[in-house]
Amino acid sequence: MSVLADLPVGARGRISAIVGSDELSVRLLEMGLTPGVEVKVVGTAPLGDPLELELRGYRLSVRRSEAARVQLSS
Amino acid sequence: MSPMTQRSPFTVALIGNPNTGKSTLFMALAGVRQRVGNYPGVTVEKKLGRVRLGDRDCQLVDLPGTYSLAPRSPDEMVAVDVLLGRRDDLAAVDAVLSIVDASNLERNFYLLSQALELGLPTVVALNMVDIARTKGLKIDIQRLREQLGVPVIEVQANRRLGVDELKTALTEIANRRSADKQASAAPVISPFPAEFQREVARLQNALDQAHAGDSSVRAPAVTNSYHAPWPRYLVERLLLDTSGYLQTALLANGQVAPLDSELQAARKRLAAEGIMVPAVEAQARYAWVETVLRGVVQRPATRVVTLSDRVDRVLTNKLWGMLIFVVAMLLVFSSVFVAAEPLMRAIDTVIGTIGEAVADRLNEGPVRSLLVDGVIGGVGSVLVFLPQILILFFFLAVLEDCGYMARAAYLMDKLMVHVGLSGKSFIPMLSSFACAIPGVMATRVIENRRDRLTTILVTPLMSCSARLPVYTVLIGAFIPARRIAGGLLQLQGLTLFAMYAIGVITAAVVALVLKRTLLRGPTPPFVMELPSYKWPSPSIVLFRMADRGWSFVYRAGTLILAVSVIVWAASYYPHQSAEVDYRLAPRLAAIEEQQATLGTNSPQQAELAAEQADMEHAIAAAYQRDSYLGRLGQAIEPAVRPLGWDWRIGCAAIASFPAREVVMGALGVIYNLGSGVDVGEEADRDRLAGRMQAAVWDDTGEKVYNIPVALSIMVFFALCAQCASTLVVIRRETNSWRWPAFTFAYMTGLAYVGAFLTYQIGMRLPPF
Repeated sequence: MSVLADLPVGARGRISAIVGSDELSVRLLEMGLTPGVEVKVVGTAPLGDPLELELRGYRLSVRRSEAARVQLSS
Repeated sequence: MSPMTQRSPFTVALIGNPNTGKSTLFMALAGVRQRVGNYPGVTVEKKLGRVRLGDRDCQLVDLPGTYSLAPRSPDEMVAVDVLLGRRDDLAAVDAVLSIVDASNLERNFYLLSQALELGLPTVVALNMVDIARTKGLKIDIQRLREQLGVPVIEVQANRRLGVDELKTALTEIANRRSADKQASAAPVISPFPAEFQREVARLQNALDQAHAGDSSVRAPAVTNSYHAPWPRYLVERLLLDTSGYLQTALLANGQVAPLDSELQAARKRLAAEGIMVPAVEAQARYAWVETVLRGVVQRPATRVVTLSDRVDRVLTNKLWGMLIFVVAMLLVFSSVFVAAEPLMRAIDTVIGTIGEAVADRLNEGPVRSLLVDGVIGGVGSVLVFLPQILILFFFLAVLEDCGYMARAAYLMDKLMVHVGLSGKSFIPMLSSFACAIPGVMATRVIENRRDRLTTILVTPLMSCSARLPVYTVLIGAFIPARRIAGGLLQLQGLTLFAMYAIGVITAAVVALVLKRTLLRGPTPPFVMELPSYKWPSPSIVLFRMADRGWSFVYRAGTLILAVSVIVWAASYYPHQSAEVDYRLAPRLAAIEEQQATLGTNSPQQAELAAEQADMEHAIAAAYQRDSYLGRLGQAIEPAVRPLGWDWRIGCAAIASFPAREVVMGALGVIYNLGSGVDVGEEADRDRLAGRMQAAVWDDTGEKVYNIPVALSIMVFFALCAQCASTLVVIRRETNSWRWPAFTFAYMTGLAYVGAFLTYQIGMRLPPF
């Protein structure tokens, strides 16, 4: 199973689940990273981290370590 | 507090996500007369305003911008407490005004779905419709009204469009509310599945019964317990909050354990039905959002590439993004220094002129000295930094309002992770190179409390502009202008760089240590919205600049004035000196007599005038030496001797604790140059440098200053918390005296150790 952190820049994926039930996973869910949603990796910061995402019609920035919690359906 | 005796005003709470134009709308409704304070015990800003609704004077509460009403900390609990009327310091909320970004309805409606569950009458303000239009979105507002069942008003807060319609909608609610308190309550819409709602109802019953008749539990919000009946929203939150924070916040100690087992059992029953806590909340709410928005928002077939997208592509580009960031920061800083410089000089001149005018009208004595040196000098030391602070606030407000602040955090995050912080700490720390006061205030963008505190505590270590004169004078006087490393580096420049580097490196180390000890905790999520770029609103920028500037003058000014007067008194009294009485005063009298007997055109007059000035400076120095401050300086000489300092330097260091920029004036008095030494003037700088180069130890007659001593003083000033304004601002931002006390203690300790090591190691190195 692939995770959001592994998507190359420009690629899209569909979320299948968020791993865990801690503050971070709740935050990701609240920001709209819910199962079934399509996410696009728009780019990365010049130093390689964090990532810039596009979902639900807006832009969101998450660190790679955080994007590793987001599982994608193949 | 019975409703018969005290009629509280109709209260509207304004909620919304960050970057939705909430402060702009608040200002459009309530004007610039806002009351800003703190909620006790937390670091959340309490912002109240007045708004006229029909013939009613109503209260508007601005709640902190948030994406979700799911409290996991006391700071986040404030908004929920206010909305549910659980705070003693605020009237119960009668209506909710929810502002949403029309270009981003899906994510904005998550918070709206939570707000609607509170059961309060709600009005939705649909802001930024213009941005939605540029994205090619079409919004059917009439349909949205029908779907939501609450008034939806289109507004453009920055142009004050739709504000009257918004007031009309709120007035209608107020009218209905006063006619019949029950009828106006909105029907509660729950997006949760039936099984979940059943569990909530069951828990609510259990909690209400457990507390029925138990008067001991009836306590205000401040004591963190709650009385029956339980609002359904809170029960829901208890079931959803797996962190355990809410249980401890809402219940008395003895009740946590029994409730916890009930919550666990309920969550297990739900899991058996395929409903996972806490994920169910986001799934249920976003499913509700999608249903509500069906047929309301029409998206273009192919995504429109907006100007904001194109700008973003450049500004976050690997090469251009970084380059533009560095250039932008350099521009901001150079303009802070360049633009502030003449204004600071002007303020200095005005303050000086006022001081002289007052001095001319009063007789020599304690009153004159108090007014001129204590009060006017103290006010001056606050005002002189105002241009810098205002200019910096201006740029910070522009960066914040146009959406670049989030990009700066995005660009710098990787770098800041190394010291245990996030990209959001970068701009506050950078601002502190000009002045720590705006830096500390700029930490408000950091939501995580531990990250915010760490940033506040290390920010004053950045070498601010007030340290620069100390560096330039000492470097000019004692560091040889020699080229080293094959002529590549110039020693004086290198020393200046080293002083800035010491601050940065110490800040990094202190941040790391704090994040591992005192402020240890899980890494907070970075997950941050990158808002669309927009033109900054001039009124918001100007208002924020004026508001923060005033807050500094008002809050810091009063305390600094008090401290200045105390330091003045310590350096003035007892104003007795045997040296003056027996040696200096008679000589001054003799000179003045000679001046009087000689004609005004006598060639000797100039010489005598110079001698007279010298004598007056010597008298001032003698008085200072015998003042309480001078005696204190002499008393602590054993403590500063290991730093290579004599009592004079110790004295100057003590005198500069309220504000480090006074050190040059203090040294000026000590070295018989008078207090009017202006290090901006080359001649004055040279005179002071000359006196310092010539200074000798009282006992041995050896030179006081050498390179290690000069470096030790500079290191001390680089690390020490010699700024009452910063400490007062830290007190305001953290809402406690504990943190400024801690900042003062650790910085002063580090400064002493740093200066000690610098001197001791410097003296053991071969002479340069």
